[in-house]
Amino acid sequence: MTRIITITSGKGGVGKTTITANLGTALAQLGKKVALIDADFGLRNLDLLLGLENRIVYTIIEAIAGECTIEKALVKDKRQPNLVLLPAAQNRNKEAVSPEQMKEIVDRISANFDYAIVDCPAGIELGFRNAIVAATEAIIVTTPEMAAVRDADRVIGLLEAEGIEKISLIVNRLRPEMVQLDRTIGVEDILDILRIPVIGIVPEDERVIVSTNRGEPLVLDERPSLPGMAFKNIARRIEGDDLPFLDLMASYDNLFTRIRRLFKA
Amino acid sequence: MISELIDKMFPRNKGNTYKNSREQAKNRLKLVIAHDRAKLNPGMMESMRREILEVVSHYVEIDPQEMEFSISNDDRMSVLIANLPIRRIKNSKPETTTRSKLEKPETQKTSK
Repeated sequence: MTRIITITSGKGGVGKTTITANLGTALAQLGKKVALIDADFGLRNLDLLLGLENRIVYTIIEAIAGECTIEKALVKDKRQPNLVLLPAAQNRNKEAVSPEQMKEIVDRISANFDYAIVDCPAGIELGFRNAIVAATEAIIVTTPEMAAVRDADRVIGLLEAEGIEKISLIVNRLRPEMVQLDRTIGVEDILDILRIPVIGIVPEDERVIVSTNRGEPLVLDERPSLPGMAFKNIARRIEGDDLPFLDLMASYDNLFTRIRRLFKA
Repeated sequence: MISELIDKMFPRNKGNTYKNSREQAKNRLKLVIAHDRAKLNPGMMESMRREILEVVSHYVEIDPQEMEFSISNDDRMSVLIANLPIRRIKNSKPETTTRSKLEKPETQKTSK
């Protein structure tokens, strides 16, 4: 049974595409057959994060229109033989695709894969509906910012209304040193508000940006990094492994912050 | 006290900009999300508050300073919380007060 997972957030810029690229790669590393579907029509970026931007010949629009076969539109990843990308169109109007067409194509692709992961655009308009129409489950991405959490809550409500019940949460770009000093909301606060199970916590890290610049998802980097480990752990949790969460506070837990917390009123 | 001393010894920032930033964010978020979920705008909340207060004040005198009226959330379910401290019970019949066409006084009386 193929799992069709939509990565969504409501708010833009929280890291949906980065997470899609890394989770897809990490699941492929685990030996799963994965299709990544870029549903962000008009503003495609998943190809860039995977370093596949020069290999795109056809897009999802041609596949839907029947101008090419689905197999031809799927771009094979350079490093992972199990991973393919269905790129979004860059030039056509967002309104060119209907949810019915989208459902049909995602269902047809997913028949040959273990996972179909859909990268949802920001917002809750047609692009969002296209991205969730075929999904059987969803991963919400949020950051410890008020606007991101609020939008996540809206999206959870919309997903529930669509009958998607399996919803989990990734808290991205967490800054442990800020949480530690009570300067921003932490994971517990977000969970307390959103009330959905958390599947991953990813710290803010410059290496994520560097890996984007290279077009190589961070999980491929042989040097260990906290966000890379966090992505890999999420992939394993999706697979059903029960893993403890990384201790992101450890590197900030120095004598100074300990004293400060000790005397905190 | 010691906390203040430490703050003075190692000033984190100028002023109180960051103090309670976490609590503030959380509380504001909770409130705004409760309203989002209930799909109630502040105007509707206000008129609901006024109407409920109007009905209640036929029977008891409410302390308007202490009253609390808010939407909150309990595990993805919205709850309307109205906390209306009673100053005193009105002895006179509701008919004597300025009343609206909202309720029939007879039914209210019998249920008492």
